[in-house]
Amino acid sequence: MKFNDAVLGAIFLALSIAVLVTIQGFPKIPGQSVGPSAFPGLIAVLLAGCSIALIWRGWRERASQPLVAIGAWLSSPPHVRNFLVVVGGLVFYVLAADTLGFLPCGAIILCALFLTLRVRPLLAVALALIVPVVIHLIFYKLLRVPLPWGVLPVMW
Amino acid sequence: MLHAYAQAFALVFDPYVLTVILCSALFGLFVGCIPGLTATMATALLVPITFFMPPVPAVAAIVTATAMAIFSGDIPGALLRIPGTPASAAYTDEAYAMTKKGQAEVALGAGLVFSAIGGLFGTAVMMTSAPALAEIALKFSDYEYFWMVVLGLAGAVFIGNASVLKASMSLLLGLLVACIGLDNPAGYPRFDLGITELKGGVSLIPMMVGMFAVSEILRFVVHMDPPLKLATEKIGNVFKGMWGLLVKYPWPLVRGSALGTVIGIQPGSGADMAAWMSYAMAKKFSKEPEKFGTGHVEGIVEAGAANNSALAGAWIPALVFGIPGDSITAIAIGVLYLKGLNPGPTLFINNPQNIYAIFLVFVLANIIMLPLGWLTIKAAKNVLRLPRNILMPAILLFCIVGSFAINNTVFGVLLTLVFGLLAFVLEENGFPVAPAILGVVLGQMMEENFIKSMIKSDGDVTAFVTRPIAGFLAVSTFIILFWPIGAWLWRRYFSRRNMPVAE
Repeated sequence: MKFNDAVLGAIFLALSIAVLVTIQGFPKIPGQSVGPSAFPGLIAVLLAGCSIALIWRGWRERASQPLVAIGAWLSSPPHVRNFLVVVGGLVFYVLAADTLGFLPCGAIILCALFLTLRVRPLLAVALALIVPVVIHLIFYKLLRVPLPWGVLPVMW
Repeated sequence: MLHAYAQAFALVFDPYVLTVILCSALFGLFVGCIPGLTATMATALLVPITFFMPPVPAVAAIVTATAMAIFSGDIPGALLRIPGTPASAAYTDEAYAMTKKGQAEVALGAGLVFSAIGGLFGTAVMMTSAPALAEIALKFSDYEYFWMVVLGLAGAVFIGNASVLKASMSLLLGLLVACIGLDNPAGYPRFDLGITELKGGVSLIPMMVGMFAVSEILRFVVHMDPPLKLATEKIGNVFKGMWGLLVKYPWPLVRGSALGTVIGIQPGSGADMAAWMSYAMAKKFSKEPEKFGTGHVEGIVEAGAANNSALAGAWIPALVFGIPGDSITAIAIGVLYLKGLNPGPTLFINNPQNIYAIFLVFVLANIIMLPLGWLTIKAAKNVLRLPRNILMPAILLFCIVGSFAINNTVFGVLLTLVFGLLAFVLEENGFPVAPAILGVVLGQMMEENFIKSMIKSDGDVTAFVTRPIAGFLAVSTFIILFWPIGAWLWRRYFSRRNMPVAE
């Protein structure tokens, strides 16, 4: 998805204004000219300047560059689905990992992703069951990362 | 110094460290060989694992894996016409043309042998110049450090082929991200959006995994290219005829290695830039420039040496000043901080054995590159046939675990997702990601030195330029900053005067 530079510039400008507004609430340090707001303030001012230049550039090219150009992949449903499965998989992990546990979550994410990337179904299911176990063994046993067990009992 | 080197030897030639080096070498060769998995991604994926290692093996893993990945990126370049890492892109067409002519083994052999020599050249420069530079760096105060950081960041923005404006914005965005949390001179929690986890700042590792690994996975799942096809099945003895090339092209080799090292040292430009520039240079100085592009090995000799020497060069400012030369060393600096090996001149005085150990790892990595690279080329046919639709989901799961492992909270996974999406959108719109990561890594250091300098000088800005070294650095920075503007004005003026030749 390609945006016109003016749109991107506007987003960055909004961000720098938000920063500038936020730092107004930062405390001053008595007896010193610079406080916690000095550095982010400086950066935000520079960013705002760049944003305005980008908006100007995008505005000049508005004839040749539409505000939003849908990339090739966005008009192809399988590719959009792939994209959504990757993002959805990560969101799903964030929401469900602590209750479901790493192994079930990993298997579900992998299975979904394998199938959407057109791995043969049998192979997809087999790998989705094996790969999380291998990764779990490496990180849980070898590196002692406390990956959540969730619904499963502690097995090793 | 000899004593420290003896200690360094003991640190490196330890069974555990050697095993780590061997494993990360194979990992790097594998990652570099698969198109779509870059050397930077290899580093980002390694970092969560190195988190659990002592300092020397942790750094050794990164050094070895990246050196291998940069070479191994040549393999799919020659066989598929797809560079395995961006650093091989400069001569991919050349290598592929050689394969088409039935000279795959010469292209790959030159890539391998001259990568190793270039890497050793860069390492030699690093071993001799870094300690000397550290002596100078000891005299630096906050003002000089402030300018060093600014100089580094200016380099990141202006040296590269992306739009300068967009690169600056990417950098400023990174600096703003670095402002998040309590870690600032005032100790005041900034921009935490009321999220407890953000009070400590944005964790570097989940962010890097997101920006360099998840964004690549997203790019893979939406890419619409046809499946890969091997150009040849037969690869002969890759070492045959290499001596002849060495005798025939000594100058391109030296030139490529030297230019590569210099480009590596320059912050913000890494191995890919070095390869592009030395390929162009090889063509310019060649006796037979007309052969370039038709499957001529000269450019591969020069650029292949350059990208590996750049890798070592990038570590010089990283170790001496804590200023990364490219995105790989930006990640590595993050690791050094995590390990308590804060980069800077004092590291050379207090822990010289660790620095020398890093040098030794570089030497070792470039030597074992020859046999291991030979094996990889032998196995390339099979590695390249590995289905990427199975590999990528497995890597995604690895990213999840890696970003979780640092603080043991799913918040890390969320950060990975956010920064993965951010990097994906930014790159789709022509914003380079490397300046952002430099901004995040250097932001805290820049702010600290800025604030300290301001307080010391009581708000007087002239203090930033009155010390001699600070003044010199300031002038250099302004030259870099205003060079493009000056050049642009000059061209404009010139084209006005000569209207007919204007575009």
